[in-house]
Amino acid sequence: MPKVIDNIQIGPQNWKMRVYVPKLVAKASPGQFVIVRVNEEGERVPMSIAGLDRENGLLTIIYQVVGKTSALMTTVEADGEILDCVGPLGLATHVDNWGTAILVGGGIGIAPIYPIAQAWKEAGNRVITIIGARSKNILFYEDEHKAAADDLHVCTDDGSYGHHGFVSDVLKKILDSDEKVGMIMAIGPVPMMRVVANLTRPYDVPTWVSLNPLMVDGTGMCGGCRVAVGDTTKFACVDGPDFDGHQVDFDLLTKRLNAYKEQEQDAFHRFLESPSCKLSEAVKNTG
Amino acid sequence: MAVERIQKKDRMKIPRCGMPEQEPLERIRNFNEVPFGLAEAVAVLEASRCLECTKAPCVAGCPVEVDIPGFLTLVVEGDFAGAARKIKETNSLPAICGRVCPQEEQCEAVCILSKKFTPVAIGYLERFVADYERENKLTRLPEMAPSTGLKVAVVGSGPAGLTVAGDLVKLGHKVTIFEALHKPGGVLVYGIPEFRLPKKIVQSECDFLAEMGVDFKNSTVIGKSDTIDELFDMGYDAVFIGTGAGLPNFMGIPGENLIGIYSSNEYLTRSNLMRAFDFPTYDTPIIKGRNVAVLGGGNTAMDSVRTALRLGAENAYIVYRRSEAEMPARAEEIHHAQQEGVQFHMLTNPVRFIGDDSGKVTAMECITMKLGEPDDSGRRRPIPIEGSNFTLDVDLVVVAIGNSSNPLIPQTTPGLETNRWGNIVVNEESMKTSREGVYAGGDIVTGGATVILAAGAGKVAARAMHEFLMTKKEAIAPDD
Ligand SMILES: Cc1cc2nc3c(=O)[nH]c(=O)nc-3n(C[C@H](O)[C@H](O)[C@H](O)COP(=O)(O)OP(=O)(O)OC[C@H]3O[C@@H](n4cnc5c(N)ncnc54)[C@H](O)[C@@H]3O)c2cc1C
Ligand code: FES
Repeated sequence: MPKVIDNIQIGPQNWKMRVYVPKLVAKASPGQFVIVRVNEEGERVPMSIAGLDRENGLLTIIYQVVGKTSALMTTVEADGEILDCVGPLGLATHVDNWGTAILVGGGIGIAPIYPIAQAWKEAGNRVITIIGARSKNILFYEDEHKAAADDLHVCTDDGSYGHHGFVSDVLKKILDSDEKVGMIMAIGPVPMMRVVANLTRPYDVPTWVSLNPLMVDGTGMCGGCRVAVGDTTKFACVDGPDFDGHQVDFDLLTKRLNAYKEQEQDAFHRFLESPSCKLSEAVKNTG
Repeated sequence: MAVERIQKKDRMKIPRCGMPEQEPLERIRNFNEVPFGLAEAVAVLEASRCLECTKAPCVAGCPVEVDIPGFLTLVVEGDFAGAARKIKETNSLPAICGRVCPQEEQCEAVCILSKKFTPVAIGYLERFVADYERENKLTRLPEMAPSTGLKVAVVGSGPAGLTVAGDLVKLGHKVTIFEALHKPGGVLVYGIPEFRLPKKIVQSECDFLAEMGVDFKNSTVIGKSDTIDELFDMGYDAVFIGTGAGLPNFMGIPGENLIGIYSSNEYLTRSNLMRAFDFPTYDTPIIKGRNVAVLGGGNTAMDSVRTALRLGAENAYIVYRRSEAEMPARAEEIHHAQQEGVQFHMLTNPVRFIGDDSGKVTAMECITMKLGEPDDSGRRRPIPIEGSNFTLDVDLVVVAIGNSSNPLIPQTTPGLETNRWGNIVVNEESMKTSREGVYAGGDIVTGGATVILAAGAGKVAARAMHEFLMTKKEAIAPDD
């Protein structure tokens, strides 16, 4: 069973876990994902790759506590184990030299764009990274991004840190400037990816997004992860997770992400109220 | 032990045994297995019905040619474990095949008794002896050949992969099974429901292989974590690909991405593998429809519709574009579904799905069909009757219209020949693919077929792989 090196809280709702999976790490590329199962009764949850330490065989995943499964993940202690971690799954993010390339990360999406920034930089791009969150205390990976990018812009919705406003405001400024941008990739909450895709359309800059539909197997077997891209239906776990943002049906994605909302909230609350719930107060407060 | 047998003409007078099972109204409220299995005395009497005819057409009717008269004789003699071992000479998975084989199209269809009377209940007896052996812990480790020092990788742990692994480990090879999911068994665990095939039976087959020395590496997707070529680099001497037909087909009609429309793979995987029927004890949720339509007429469709009933559906429909006679499901499953109150809409095909503002399916527009001339499959082609459209209120739809082959391995294995449907091309005598040392069998070769055909392909492949491996060994160390 994969060993957990550490599992620490990095924000009000966000945790960072490092797992020792040398084989997976040796094979994985930025943009791919893994599927994790914490305990026997647990779901199979897809997690973006948020860091690859190839020397030490360590995979970083960053997760937000949104329900029972992610809450349970917080209970895994350093030197503990998770049941399984399968991957790498999905296709790697495209890496090329486009001259200048922009990465936009919102919320939890700040994590997966970090290894992509490293890869794009290595390919010779001038990498501009824009990260944003609701508020300063939710931000993370600022130092990492500073090191990986040529230019880093930090935004908060409430103005508590960096640029007061949305990532899209900063992106628009860059697109309106003399900077010749060859590629944009946005990862984050669906509304953010939609706004970015809509913004860049008139500028005619290729804009890719990484989609996070609900998944079960992650190997193309179930079709639960289907997304509409242009006129076709794709299975995000094998055809993606990256797709042309100008073609994605974000409306459908949003609806499908809510398919089990009631059941999941019900399960989470039952779990929080159960006497055996050993979650820390920090986690319970997020529920 | 020779037992005095009943006179042949009297044997014909014995009626075929029935199978005791849970009452329909009770069983649709649980996921327990429906048939209980035969009692010993009933099994002996049933086996004694065999006329021991010289031609034994049943053997030829079995895709893997189980010595059926041989095992029936052992049942009559009361040597049930011996009977199980007799079957295992050619079929390693009798407890499973006794439950899921379409006997009415195979061995029992050609039983000489079926001409004037009813065939011997071969399937029930196969299940009986395998259960007897397992439950009484009479399963013996087979004789194992001394280690050859050669390594075999088996990709996929469905019936094809399990059979190859069992046969090759016995011959002294070191076998590792790589399985993408977190539990081994393939369709037997993620697809076929508990009420038809209890998961503990599949587990015990896998445990038995592990005891023989087979190494299971679950949660490993070949093509992603390692390619076939890398398996050779890692020191495997031969590879078997038994990855099944795991890419669900959809109808390709408007509205198919609405919430509440599942592929049967997703629906059954949620319920079986992830045990969503026991939500919230298990964390994986499932949509429980009140009006559920299942599209298709195969075993997968029957399994889905009967799962829907057990999850509380008030109306559970089978919607099938041909007529009942063309339904590919096992007769017993259709019969069980009818008993349980499933409503059959035959000669009906959906044309679009209708949803509400939140993106949930609420209805399905259908068209009535009629049967025309036979098509490529030999079945009469369904033709839509213009203007016959009607809508059916549904809040859950399960699409069970078959699978295509998963491209992951062909895409990452240069030189591996596939046909136009993406199935791996093999030599049928050896299951050898276009790549040296790489063999394949089961649904990835045939497209969606049956458990016994997959297991049979595994047998053939194992034999050829053994030969290949021993030749290779000779070449490496001729004096060994
Ligand atoms: C719901 C349902 C009901 C059925 N009912 C019956 C029945 O009653 N009777 C009958 O005879 N047949 C039945 N069938 C058909 C039968 O189950 C299949 O024909 C049979 O299981 C095929 O066996 P297989 O070994 O080829 O593959 P599968 O059983 O499909 O197993 C393949 C395995 O390979 C794994 N795999 C795939 N890709 C990879 C990879 N890249 N790396 C590692 N592992 C991989 C999969 O996860 C899977 O576990 C049914 C099928 C379904 C879906
Ligand atoms: S998650 Fe099942 S097909 Fe993508």
